[in-house]
Amino acid sequence: MRQFLSVIVFSLLTIGFFAGYSNFGIPQIEPAPPPKEEKLDLGSMTMDQFIAVGEKLFSGKGTCTLCHNNLGRAPLLDTIGEVAQQRLKDPRYKGEATNIEEYLIESLVKPSAFVVAGFGKKGTNDAESPMPDVSGGSIRLDEAEITAVVAYLQDSSGAEVTVEIPKDLGKKKEGGEEADVAEAEPREAISDPEKLIAMFTCDACHMINGVGGEIGPDLSKIGALRNRDYLRRSILDPNADIAEGFEPDQMPEGMGEQLYVSELEVLVSFLAGLK
Amino acid sequence: MNGPRSRKTGRTVKTGLLLVTFGFVVALVAFALSGFDQLGAIAAEQEVAADAAAASPYGPAPKLTAADYPSIAGINSRVAVWIFAQLHLWFAAFVLAVPIFVFIIEAIGMRTRDKRYDDMAYEFIKVSITAYSLTAVLGGALLFSLILFYPHLFTYLSTIFKESMIYYALLFFAESAALYIYYYGWHWLQGGFKKWVHLTLGLVLNAVGTTLMLLANSWLTFMMSPAGVDAAGVFSGDAWAAIHNFLWNPINIHRFVANIAYGGSIVGAYAAFKFLTATTKQERAHYDWMGYNANFIAICALLPLPFAGYYLAAEIYAYSQQMGITLMGGIFAWLFIIQAVLIGTLFLSANYYLWCGMGRSDGAKRYTKYIKYIAIVLVGAFLVWFTPHTLVLTNEELKALGGPYHKYLGPLGIMPAKNTAVNVMIIFTALSFMFYRRANKIATVSWVNAGNAIQVALYTAGIANILFLGIYHGYFTNTVYKVAASIPQVLTTLIVIVGSITLDSFIYRGGKQVGPLHWGRIPGRAQYALFLLAVSFTWLMGLMGYIRSGIRQHWHVVDIMRDASPDAFTPTLGYAANVVSVAAIIFMAMVIFVFWIAQVSGNKTLPAGYWKE
Ligand code: HEC
Ligand code: HEC
Ligand code: HEM
Repeated sequence: MRQFLSVIVFSLLTIGFFAGYSNFGIPQIEPAPPPKEEKLDLGSMTMDQFIAVGEKLFSGKGTCTLCHNNLGRAPLLDTIGEVAQQRLKDPRYKGEATNIEEYLIESLVKPSAFVVAGFGKKGTNDAESPMPDVSGGSIRLDEAEITAVVAYLQDSSGAEVTVEIPKDLGKKKEGGEEADVAEAEPREAISDPEKLIAMFTCDACHMINGVGGEIGPDLSKIGALRNRDYLRRSILDPNADIAEGFEPDQMPEGMGEQLYVSELEVLVSFLAGLK
Repeated sequence: MNGPRSRKTGRTVKTGLLLVTFGFVVALVAFALSGFDQLGAIAAEQEVAADAAAASPYGPAPKLTAADYPSIAGINSRVAVWIFAQLHLWFAAFVLAVPIFVFIIEAIGMRTRDKRYDDMAYEFIKVSITAYSLTAVLGGALLFSLILFYPHLFTYLSTIFKESMIYYALLFFAESAALYIYYYGWHWLQGGFKKWVHLTLGLVLNAVGTTLMLLANSWLTFMMSPAGVDAAGVFSGDAWAAIHNFLWNPINIHRFVANIAYGGSIVGAYAAFKFLTATTKQERAHYDWMGYNANFIAICALLPLPFAGYYLAAEIYAYSQQMGITLMGGIFAWLFIIQAVLIGTLFLSANYYLWCGMGRSDGAKRYTKYIKYIAIVLVGAFLVWFTPHTLVLTNEELKALGGPYHKYLGPLGIMPAKNTAVNVMIIFTALSFMFYRRANKIATVSWVNAGNAIQVALYTAGIANILFLGIYHGYFTNTVYKVAASIPQVLTTLIVIVGSITLDSFIYRGGKQVGPLHWGRIPGRAQYALFLLAVSFTWLMGLMGYIRSGIRQHWHVVDIMRDASPDAFTPTLGYAANVVSVAAIIFMAMVIFVFWIAQVSGNKTLPAGYWKE
């Protein structure tokens, strides 16, 4: 028994040492919280504010400073205005940009269009960039955000700021209510499909059981035409399939972020039942 | 020790446990398979027959909000799932590893016809039987907590892995069957042909067990490097693509090797405890010998582990530079310092045990004077490894740290220096081991001196080459070539180890023994080295589990399914260390239970006058 106890004490001390070292032997860094999926309110912004947004994105959600810092993982961007002009003249340049602004945007969404010498992915001989497309993957900047970052890059590198604060994108915000929904405190999930349709103003664009708008297709008999997966997809990712006779980019994206999963299913079931 | 009657009680206890486990698992599998619809409409959706209009029968990954995570009785869901997953992993690693070396030991026994090996193999497998039941129970608990706390994640993953889950269940039954026949058939399947049948059963057992692990790994690597799905998470239907994702094999390799080392260390601790409590000389000799063998297996698996680890890290980097930097550069950089402390502890305690074990031989005195130098080199190499690398993640973190590089130690923090340190550590461990093997032998070949000179030359040249490569590539070439040193360094290490073992076996061919080995002649403190090994290993596994999941950051499935729960943030290292410590203590308590059960089956009470004559 004595042996048993001393083994136990020994083991607990060992664990205690490891835990103690991890708590007190090394600095405790509070990891940055997950990026918020916040929407920009572009309506009333000055260019300075817009650039400030870009700066925030640059070190925050955009995670640019993860690589673009003074550790040599990626080129520094403090003179990018000038550098971009050289890039455009570089014989290796095969992209489509003709000015600094376009070059910057291209660098962000098609990083491999031009790869700075020595920075390419290992083994690709600078043909492929290790930089992710910042409009996709886990960074997922939207168009307005990318424009803001470009404004910041132009400003901080001393180049002329040529971008304009996007106005047309603001349209998405017109259904201001939707944005509010996302921002608002957690709410009770809604289980009544009619309420959901009213809340998300589907009927502003869609005819449902004879009432509603005509911007989108009539949904009154949609359950007979489409199955549930199709329906779910058209709410989460409206541009995945475009209904015949309609244009893409008409139905608002991002409703999936505001709907609770259970609500999405309520809606889908409701639509599927419209026969 | 075991009377016929007590063995029977033991079996009854185990069979009971077995039945309970089976019942539990069957119920869970049934629950999991049928429970999909109860989980809500989402799951049933996936079943809806493909309509003409549908491009794919699978939906995109759900986008969740905080309200989609049930909160139950104020339990912190992340911690609950974390602890169950970790406990399950520990037991699974143990249960996977033990049959691997039981198989090896049985084969050695068959070759050498030394029955001690067979008895030892049997004793190992006996320990793993109860552990097996607990593995299943904990696996069930993990499944259950996942369904309970993360229903949408579970549903999404199971739509992708549905087929393989059924195989998982089937394999589990196959594994149980193989294990029980292997164990209960041990004494029956002895001698000649029957022994071969038994060994084959062991092989089947291991093949099934390993496949089981590979399947389980595919779930977790899918979450890190999803494949077989599009950007929205819509599954293509190709299950193999999802299983065979980018990080699957790198993790498979690292885990497989780590599990063997881990199994060795736990059995070593068992032997150490039995040694300390042994009452007779024979018992002490037996458990000393067992501890030695277990430690030997642990060391063999420990030597290639750093390479498997760096390979894994390189693959993570290749998969995504972002993830790679999160792994090696951000707050997790400090984790690798803790990792270095732990790995240093592993190497030092394994070596220390070897050195103490030299006391078993009367001829060891010839070598003891070198030990202190090995110790110094090991500690030095360990300190280099321990030196932090660059430490950056976000600007705020940068500010908190005051700069990306450690002020003075920066140059030692780079990869080539660490690679050099690891290789040096491995070579010196091999050297320790060579001294140990030599301790009890006297060479009789005529060319002993020449042979020894070659050995010295081999080690010297090898170490010099490793240092040269490290220094040259680390400090005199530019970034791109910095890692170029690692492959020639590893090759050098391998050549030195293989070369010296081969040479030594020739030098000592037909050599004399100094005297019989005195098994059992080893100080008690050496046994504590074995405990240290087991505890550090356990804790290290827990820690690495944190980083493996941590580098996914706020994603359930990287880039595809976001974690919207209140726990989506990365916890601090200290917090993680505390969770791991609590889990490790629970695990220790359960292991003690396992060993206790294994021993209870040997006890018997003869109550006087209780039974009628
Ligand atoms: C994972 C690392 C990584 C991240 C994150 C990253 N980049 Fe890059 N970036 C690179 C690398 C490497 C290059 C050089 C290779 C190339 O030209 O594509 C580069 C090149 C660039 C260039 C072109 C530079 C030149 O000299 O032509 C620009 C502009 C740029 N990045 C901007 C950004 C912005 C803005 C962000 C954040 C939204 C960002 N990057 C995020 C790694 C990264
Ligand atoms: C701003 C107008 C607008 C609003 C608001 C809107 N939609 Fe749409 N919707 C459209 C347009 C336009 C289309 C056709 C183009 C397309 O498929 O993307 C469409 C397509 C659809 C389709 C696919 C129909 C088919 O046959 O392909 C479904 C289903 C749908 N919407 C459901 C909804 C629901 C549910 C809501 C409310 C949560 C909603 N929509 C809100 C404009 C809108
Ligand atoms: C002697 C050296 C090493 C030892 C003893 C060791 C041990 C372990 C163990 C026991 C695990 C847990 C395995 C499991 O959960 O089944 C693990 C996981 C891991 N190790 Fe190592 N390791 C070593 C070197 C390295 C190195 C050098 C790296 C990278 C730089 C590394 C990276 C990882 C990672 C990312 C994991 C998590 C993957 C997983 O869950 O399987 N390891 N290691």
